[in-house]
Order: sequence, then C-alpha cells, then structure tokens
Amino acid sequence: MTLDLSYGSTLFTVLAALAKILALLLGFGMGLASILTWMERRQSAMMQDRLGPNRANIGPFRAWGITHFLADALKFLFKEDFIPPLAHKFFFMWAPVMSMSPALIVAAIIPFGSDLCWGHVLDPQAAMCETPVLGQIARLDVGILFYFALSSLSVYGATLAGWASHNKWAMMGGLRASSQMMSYEVTMGMAVLGSFLVYGTLEPGAMVLKQQDSLWHWGIFTQPLGFLLFLTAAIAETKRTPFDMPEGEPEIIGYFVEYSGLRFGMFFLGEFIEIVFSSALLITIFFGGWSLPGLHDFAIAHQWPNLVYFLATVGIWSVKVFLFAAFQLLIRWSLPRFRSDQLMQLGWQRLLPISIANVVATALVVLWLNTK
Amino acid sequence: MAIGVKVVTRPGSFSQQMYLPAIAEGMGVTFRHFVKNFFGNVVGQRKKTDIQTIEYPEEKKAYPARHRGLHRLMVRDDGQTRCVACMMCPTVCPAHCITIVAEESPDGTIEKRPRIFEIDELRCVVCGLCAEACPCDAIRMDTLEHAKPVYRRVDAVLDREELLSRSRPSTAVQGGVGELWREKVTGSDQIQAEAPLIPAGPPPGPTAIVEFDRKN
Repeated sequence: MTLDLSYGSTLFTVLAALAKILALLLGFGMGLASILTWMERRQSAMMQDRLGPNRANIGPFRAWGITHFLADALKFLFKEDFIPPLAHKFFFMWAPVMSMSPALIVAAIIPFGSDLCWGHVLDPQAAMCETPVLGQIARLDVGILFYFALSSLSVYGATLAGWASHNKWAMMGGLRASSQMMSYEVTMGMAVLGSFLVYGTLEPGAMVLKQQDSLWHWGIFTQPLGFLLFLTAAIAETKRTPFDMPEGEPEIIGYFVEYSGLRFGMFFLGEFIEIVFSSALLITIFFGGWSLPGLHDFAIAHQWPNLVYFLATVGIWSVKVFLFAAFQLLIRWSLPRFRSDQLMQLGWQRLLPISIANVVATALVVLWLNTK
Repeated sequence: MAIGVKVVTRPGSFSQQMYLPAIAEGMGVTFRHFVKNFFGNVVGQRKKTDIQTIEYPEEKKAYPARHRGLHRLMVRDDGQTRCVACMMCPTVCPAHCITIVAEESPDGTIEKRPRIFEIDELRCVVCGLCAEACPCDAIRMDTLEHAKPVYRRVDAVLDREELLSRSRPSTAVQGGVGELWREKVTGSDQIQAEAPLIPAGPPPGPTAIVEFDRKN
C-alpha cells in the first residue's frame, strides 16, 4: 500500500486538518492565552499607574517580563495536586478538563484566514481552485449553533468543580456559574439572531465573505445593538468582571477554591482561552473576521500570490483577535462588578427584551429591504 | 403595626440607567492612563508617565530624616563607645530586645562600659524608646536603614561591633561640660565654681529605701 499524499487525497485532508488544529489551538490559542495571563497583569498595572510584573527573564532575555507565564507554569507544575478527602474524585479530576475543552473545541468553526489553494500557492489570488484547503478547521453549516452548543457545555466545568469539591463556597460558586451562564445563554442566542438575518447564513466563513467588501458591511455597523448585547453576554459567559459572580474573591472565592497546582492552572488558562476564542467569534460576526475592507480587490488587482494573500489574512485576523482580547482586558479592569441579583435583573429584564426587540426590528428591516 | 418596606427610589435619567455612557467614560479614563503609561514606559521616559512604582533593588526611596531605622552605638572623640552600661535602654525597651552585660572601663574617668551589647532586630518594635531613654546619646536609630533580611534568626541579632560599625562621634559633649557647666551656660562667674553640684547631706541610706518599698 502506498501512501497517497497528493493534494485532495484522504491522508492529505487529514494531515491538513491536523496541522490546522495544532497551529490554531496549540500555536495560536494556547500561545495567546498564555501571553494574556501576563498581559492582563501588566495592562491592568499600566491602567492603574503601576508597572506590573516585569522581572521574569531567561538570562539576559527579559522583554518586559513576558516570560512570566513560563514561570507561572513552572510554579503550577511543582505545586501539590491536592484532592480534598471528601471530594468526588472522578468529577473533581475531570472538572478542569470539562471547563477547558469546550473553549478549545469552539475554535473549530472559527475562520482564521482565507482559503488556500494548495498546489497553486504561487498563482495569483484571482484563480480560485476547486477544492481549497479551508481557512477554518471545520466548515459546518450549523456554524454558530455549534458554538452555542459547546459553550453551554462549558458550564459543566464550573458546576462540577463546585459540586465535587465538597465545599460550600465552591458549591455556591458553581450554582452561581450555572444560573448566570444559563441566563446569558438566552440573550447571547437572541443577540446574534439579528446577525443571522442580516447575513442570511449561520456559517462563520460565509459571514466573513459577506463583510469583506466594505467597512459598512461589518456587523458592528449593521447590528450595533446586537454587538453590544452579544459582547455583554459573551463576557458573562467567560465569567469575568463585571460578571464574575462565580468567583467573587471577597465573598465566596469561587468554584475552584479547592483546586491547586496544574488543575487550578487549567481553570486559569481556560478562562483566557475562552477570551481568545470569544474574541475570535466576535471578530468573525461583527468585525469582518480575517478580511479587511478592500483587501480582496487590492490583492486581485496587484496579482498577489495565493500564499501571500492567505498569510496576510491570517495576520489581520491575529491582530484583530489580539486587539479585541486587549479590549476585553480593558473592560475587565475598568468596570465594577454587579451584585448577583442585579446580574439576573440585567440579564432577564433588560438584555433579553432588548435583544428580542432587536431581532424583530432587524427582521422587519430585512423584509422591507428584500421586498423593495 | 406591620413592618413596612421602604422602597428606595433610584432617580436617574435614561442614559444613566443604560449604563453605557458611564461605562464609556470610565473606560476612557483607564485607557488614557494606559496609553500614557505604556508608551511613556516603552519610549523610556518614565518621568513623563504617572507610574508610581519604585523598582526597589535598583531604585531606592530615601527615608525621611526622622525615620527610626537600625540601631547604632555612638563613639566618643577618642573612639571609645559612649555607652556607660547604665541599663536605661533594656529597662525601657517594651520588647526586651536589648541585652547588656557591663564591665569595668579601663578609662579611669568612666565607670562602666558594655562588654556585650546585643539588639535582637526581630524582637525590636522600632518604638525608639531606647534612644529617648539614653542619657549619653550612645544609642541612636538614625541610620536610615531598615532591618536587613536574614536567612537565620541569629543573624538578626546585632552585636556590639556591628552596632559600632555604623557609628560616628556624637556632637553632644560627653558628660556635659564638667563642673564648670554653670559658667559655660550663663557665661558669668557669679555662681561659685567650687560649689558642689550635689547638695551636701547624708546620702539616703538603705533603710529609707526599704521603707519606701514597703509603703508601696
């Protein structure tokens, strides 16, 4: 049996998918999330007239202390992995995985670059091939619904951790996490429904293509209210300030109070991975994904090779995700937190009616534009 | 009468209830600080930023002049320690951190001097009473240094040599100016130089002391 590695073969498809998964999850997702753990401390320090962590270095390589995340990882590795005697061992051990893996799997539907014509990488962009390597791990027709399905699974991580710890504070944290995430799940779905109507598709890759022609096609301009609602709900989903009820250091510490060592590190890193990929999703729906207005026409006009265009779009996407993640950190360090009942009030009494009104208004406008 | 529930009305315009203008304003403030500090720091112009951090081992902030720091022992003009082992400081010390063992001074004009003078900086509460109590200006806390971190507790106990290592001659005149102090102070010779400073009379005997103790 010979290994058929030619373009379009099964093995090639599998290898390409594996390469994309490794690059996007381990390379980009974990990499940026690790940097974000340091960046959050440094950025918040700069916002509060402090310097923040700038000491970690590898020999003379200091780079503003960027290697702090390595020091943190090393510290987590050497800490005792403590399991409380009365904890439910199985769930206790698997809760961090349950919390982190949905955040990673969500990355599957996010388009990170234009399609790449393998075998024609140096040909001009205009000549698109029949079956390109997608700039996306999986092109699912259900698209964003896949994201909703998985992000609602991630609540199990927090809830299981709270329940399995056999600690009343952790339990309360887990309960708060589940109530909060279920409430905001509804708003999140409603908020993005308007965008579905505007784009006429659920598939994120197609959404990007619909936004690439002009700045005014970006979701932020076609669905400004939807963007605000979705952003609010997304922050509530990532359980960060101003919606950090499940953690609440001064009162209940959080659902991971009993965790130590690398298991706590997984919760910690999982939170930042959620930031990365929720930023990526927000970019995809509301900020044109990997596209830049006019770039496509420019590339065709200047006969850009396929590979160059692909790399440029990946670069644009990375920069956008990075900036949006930084914006999320800015929100987290600027706003005070809500009270638990205020959170529910905001979710059910304000955001949900507004998002339903948004859907109805968008539907009417789309209908009017289509019949005109 | 049933307990009434007081409904607190929260007045506020629509824009206040919407949160968004206030959120934007707040984020504007933090973002302005971030931009100023970040770019100032990257360009290397720390002074133009608002950053308050003092990077300790490299940068040090001077303590105020009256800061109570590490102890030191002062010396006389001839280099002997000024301490006469009068035990004032270990008596007044609320933390019992001063240990003095006295010995006879070879100098004929001085009665005692400390053979051992140790201060446990771990026990010291930095109250400054020892320096206040000292009649000879022998112990001071004006080194402007804080107690240094140590690996072993015993290293935090400063002995006489270490306390003397930061010393310098005191500007105070040892033992006053002697029998002629009245002349020096007043500048006149009206007061008899020969007059004894301590009024004549029998010194208080040991019986008186015992009685005094009984009364208490």
